[in-house]
Amino acid sequence: MLEFSRQNMMAWSRQSSRHMFGEAMLEAAEYDEKLMVITADVASSANLRTFAERYPEKFLNVGLSEQCMLGVAAGMAKEGFHVFISSFAPFVSMRIFEGLRSYLGYMHLNVTVVGLGSGFALGTNGNTHYGLEDMAITRTIPGMVVLSPSDNTEVIKSLFAALAYEGPVYLRLTGVTGSQMVYKENYDFDIGKSIKLSEGSDVCIFATGSMVYECTRAVRALSKNGISAGVTNIHTIKPLDTGAMNEARSAKLIVTVEEHSVIGGLGSAVSEYLAERDDMPKLLRIGIPDIFPTAGTYRYTLDQCGLSAASIADRIKQELN
Amino acid sequence: MDKERLKKLNEFANQLRLDMLNMALRSGSNGAHLGGSLSSAEILTVLFNSILKHDPKNPSWASRDRFILSKGHVSMAYYAALCRAGYFSEEELMSFNSDGSQLLTHSLVNQEKGIEISSGSLGWGLSIGIGCALSAKKKNESWRTYVLLGDGECNEGSVWEAFMAAARMKLNNLIAIIDCNGMQLDGVNAVMPPDKHCAMLDACGWEAVVVDGHDVTHLEEILAAKPEHKPYAVIAKTIKGKGVSFMENNADWHHGRITAEQFETAVKEVKCDA
Repeated sequence: MLEFSRQNMMAWSRQSSRHMFGEAMLEAAEYDEKLMVITADVASSANLRTFAERYPEKFLNVGLSEQCMLGVAAGMAKEGFHVFISSFAPFVSMRIFEGLRSYLGYMHLNVTVVGLGSGFALGTNGNTHYGLEDMAITRTIPGMVVLSPSDNTEVIKSLFAALAYEGPVYLRLTGVTGSQMVYKENYDFDIGKSIKLSEGSDVCIFATGSMVYECTRAVRALSKNGISAGVTNIHTIKPLDTGAMNEARSAKLIVTVEEHSVIGGLGSAVSEYLAERDDMPKLLRIGIPDIFPTAGTYRYTLDQCGLSAASIADRIKQELN
Repeated sequence: MDKERLKKLNEFANQLRLDMLNMALRSGSNGAHLGGSLSSAEILTVLFNSILKHDPKNPSWASRDRFILSKGHVSMAYYAALCRAGYFSEEELMSFNSDGSQLLTHSLVNQEKGIEISSGSLGWGLSIGIGCALSAKKKNESWRTYVLLGDGECNEGSVWEAFMAAARMKLNNLIAIIDCNGMQLDGVNAVMPPDKHCAMLDACGWEAVVVDGHDVTHLEEILAAKPEHKPYAVIAKTIKGKGVSFMENNADWHHGRITAEQFETAVKEVKCDA
């Protein structure tokens, strides 16, 4: 079993989230005899080459055919396998969305869909490869769990939670090699249960994926300006932890932060809950505005969309003034 | 095939046609996909009477052959075959398309009734069939997977992703049957003829054969073959609306509403044919 020691967590933080996917699958293969890992011509990008060599009977590369991958996964899940399928986020969310809905959702099959390199992680590959809408569309599927881990330790925890879950899961992997750690020691991860990382009396920030770390830094910047802000890690977009929203009732401002379009993702999910209540603070949604950003390196696109810690802190300050 | 067996199979096919007409009448203004259902009658008759290993008394039998209806809009033919094979009652069959029924235009997965998958969106059944066939291989089990597609459905690119993948995997336990009735909803505009399907599947690496899809003797013989090293494609030349003269080769009956008068005429023709 992978040991969640500080040393291991430090080592994992030096990898990309998609590298961790391949690592975690090696572990999963050791104790889940029904595991099946299918990919569509991205075995190397998903760090699955070692898995393919070590467990050829549990691995299938269908070539560049995401629809075929989805159908084969549905067929194998129907026959009792625990299937993980993977490709870059736009291709496993948008390109095969109808299959996710009609086969994984409608038939409630045991398949985890891993969206690799989501958000801006694929940098100069540009908007065709960005995953800016995957949470929005996957959370419309009844019965589908949508996970968005904040760092590589949480990637592993999410993968194992998905493996144990009976039903379809979309697992969104954000961040790039060298993304910072959120967690430095072991902790409990449960689907649908958010994790409060810090308390703040003025501002309650709900962040997901890569933005959790940025928000922990934004909180420090706000503190220097006399603003008390706290961060909660919303690693599960669906089912949404509405209990955490209720706890934010006394704050002056609720903020959602995501490396995802402001349309349909975490901000929308939270606003849908708040809209039906009259005792909640104002909501500020920070994410990618309704544009195709000018493509570039990871940090360049984050900065352009105001998703650096400093920009997040500035937006919150403006909103409070 | 001896005469008695031939008679029995043809009677079964005609019973399916009578069931479909009755279901379509009950479906009323909802209409029904009669054209493609009528063209599939002999294929389903041979599958459920001669080919599939299955047990209506034990529908979840682990060793059953899997039948995947990919052209999901012909569920009427499928439901009728399941009913006449003993999976559920005629009364339930005739609940087709009524509110609260489990038997709607496109099937819902229901193992107790022998329905393996939810269907309706075209182009997915073959890859799901690959998943089943591959599962049998992984478990070292000998059951086979049969997928029924339409020729109109073969316009979908996802079908060809699956055809290529199955051949690469050398899934000799996977059988695709294409009901080539030559028409789709809008008529004949984009449907590829059977010989071209055959050539393309041969090029993809399938064992492909063309058969008269209304000749139960020939269908039984062809469907019983088991190519050793390749997946097997049976390309069945059929007539859309087969058995009812005013529906034959008429795309208006891809999906249509049948009047009481038309129903009477159609039933007479089918009974006369029997």
